[in-house]
Amino acid sequence: MTQEKSTLFDPYAATRETTEGTVYSVTGGDWDSLVSEIGEAKEERIIVNMGPQHPSTHGVLRLVLELEGETVTEVRPGIGYLHTGIEKNMEYRSWTQGTTFATRMDYLAPIFNETAYCLAIEKLLGITNDIPERASIIRVLMMELNRISSHMVALGTGALELGAMGPMFFAFREREAVLDVFEAITGLRMNMAYVRPGGVQQDLPAGMTSRLRDLVKELRKNFKDNEKLLVGNTIWMKRTEGIGYLDLAGCTTLGITGPVLRSTGLPWDLRKMQPYCGYENYAFDVITADTCDVYGRFLIRMAELEQSLRIVEQAIEKLDATEGQPVMVADKKIAWPAQLALGADGLGNSLDHIREIMGTSMESLIHHFKLVTEGFRVPAGQAYAAVESPRGELAAHVVSDGGTKPYRVHFREPSFNNLQSTSAMSEGGMVADIIGAVASIDPVMGGVDR
Amino acid sequence: MTQEGMFGVSGTGDTSGYGGLVRTVSNPGSTERPYGGYFDQLADDLERAYPDFADAITKVVVDRGELTLHIKKERLVEVAKVLRDKLLFEMCMGVSGVHYPDRTGCELVALYPLLSMTKNQRVRLEVCTSEVDPHIPSLVDVYGGNNWHERETFDMFGIVFDGHPGLTRILMPDDWDGHPQRKDYPLGGIAVEYKGATTPAPQNRRSYK
Repeated sequence: MTQEKSTLFDPYAATRETTEGTVYSVTGGDWDSLVSEIGEAKEERIIVNMGPQHPSTHGVLRLVLELEGETVTEVRPGIGYLHTGIEKNMEYRSWTQGTTFATRMDYLAPIFNETAYCLAIEKLLGITNDIPERASIIRVLMMELNRISSHMVALGTGALELGAMGPMFFAFREREAVLDVFEAITGLRMNMAYVRPGGVQQDLPAGMTSRLRDLVKELRKNFKDNEKLLVGNTIWMKRTEGIGYLDLAGCTTLGITGPVLRSTGLPWDLRKMQPYCGYENYAFDVITADTCDVYGRFLIRMAELEQSLRIVEQAIEKLDATEGQPVMVADKKIAWPAQLALGADGLGNSLDHIREIMGTSMESLIHHFKLVTEGFRVPAGQAYAAVESPRGELAAHVVSDGGTKPYRVHFREPSFNNLQSTSAMSEGGMVADIIGAVASIDPVMGGVDR
Repeated sequence: MTQEGMFGVSGTGDTSGYGGLVRTVSNPGSTERPYGGYFDQLADDLERAYPDFADAITKVVVDRGELTLHIKKERLVEVAKVLRDKLLFEMCMGVSGVHYPDRTGCELVALYPLLSMTKNQRVRLEVCTSEVDPHIPSLVDVYGGNNWHERETFDMFGIVFDGHPGLTRILMPDDWDGHPQRKDYPLGGIAVEYKGATTPAPQNRRSYK
């Protein structure tokens, strides 16, 4: 395009004719010309592409909206923009390396991804009952902290998308506090690959339980800030009450689980109904609402924060009682051979272990080499393990052909499944309420697209 | 099924002797009664509610605490309807596909994990079809939430779900060739040279089996 031509043709606000009608491109700043042009159109019905780069769609989600004035007549979600082929990649890595992939799917709930995957492998190996108690307690602790950090993003970004700025600052402050603790425990704030087949990667660092107690105290105090801002807030309730309605029949038809299902009044929570990792030993309540709307889901998430804190407190007690116990399965044919230890130059392989394999035991060296390079074998078969993630039932369907790598891993992602309900929640409503409905589903596109 | 060799490659002049290793791999076979747990009751109820049980269900497998019903594909919708309406399996948690290139005539497998919230039970349905004629009836009419899951399985495995309201690709671009989760789908990639040494593309790397 020549310099002269580009002054005649505005690439950012072009109008062109197609077989479907006139297409207007809007990128901001040219509203006056757009309004005058659309004003000439005979039809009331317009089709709007929302996303995939729209700031209120929770990531790269594209919504194709059909509008009559401001009323939505059809919503078609388009996904796949964040597809990275995680399931395929896992077939080319050992079982243990798979956790590194799994953790990256739903990046707001990495611990849940890892736990679902590892529970399925443990089921295949038949070692579900051999997982050390302390490993299960740490998993529960991490999952509940992760639930808090994930709900904080759901609440903060959800409020931000509906125009409330303040809650986001508080929510991300709380999330940072949790992520700091994750960093202290695993070395990473996100994508930690901390839960491993057979247990967890390493024990908690010294003095962690007292830090966790401080964190619980801090979080419990800080949660009140967002509560005061939003619960019962007239503007917030006007934007969320009766919006994104989906009743129990709709939820069962569409396979919806998690807070959206519980907002219909059904107390379905896998932690209670089909306990894993020893959840049956913790006292907590399943929170429900009976409004089937965005406000109900918001209240559920707020109340679940307190329930997660209750579980964390009980987990801390149990951690104190199991101090020094193993965090990895005793079977040396499965457990990762090297343990991490803090050396002069930071965290790394334990020097005792290096001394043993390099200096004293040839057998240990061979064993280490085989386990680390090749990995353990998993008997042929398939298993399905589900956990209650912040968004609903997250399950791993894992197939083994008896080798050292998964034959097939499929994740039943709650975000992927629940996002289907966008249409049911938004059609017939106002265009502005789509944002609230999508935010209440809390989809994470990394999990949707995998 | 057997696995041969140490590293899953052949014709490499491996002189270690491990290339001759042969291991047989057996998947869990058909299970005889009693199945244990609630599985017996579930099978009894299904037999009572669905008279064609013996004809439609080719195999019952109980393995690792999970019940799998292998179903003839033309009977899938019938069985799912009975399971939903009579046995209260209100939810289908999706579809998972698996590709077994060795199982002639039964290469593509679709698995449906069902959940009954009323009874707090789970059961898995397994259906298979051939690569040549990859058709399986759609369950969208029975479990509406399977819509996207079936699109994903079509996208990844090329299983055509007959009766699906709009079976298009969902994760891959619309004009993509091939179905990436099939075992014969090339991984692609290019060899990378660094300081004189070459790391082969992923699909050409030696790997442990």
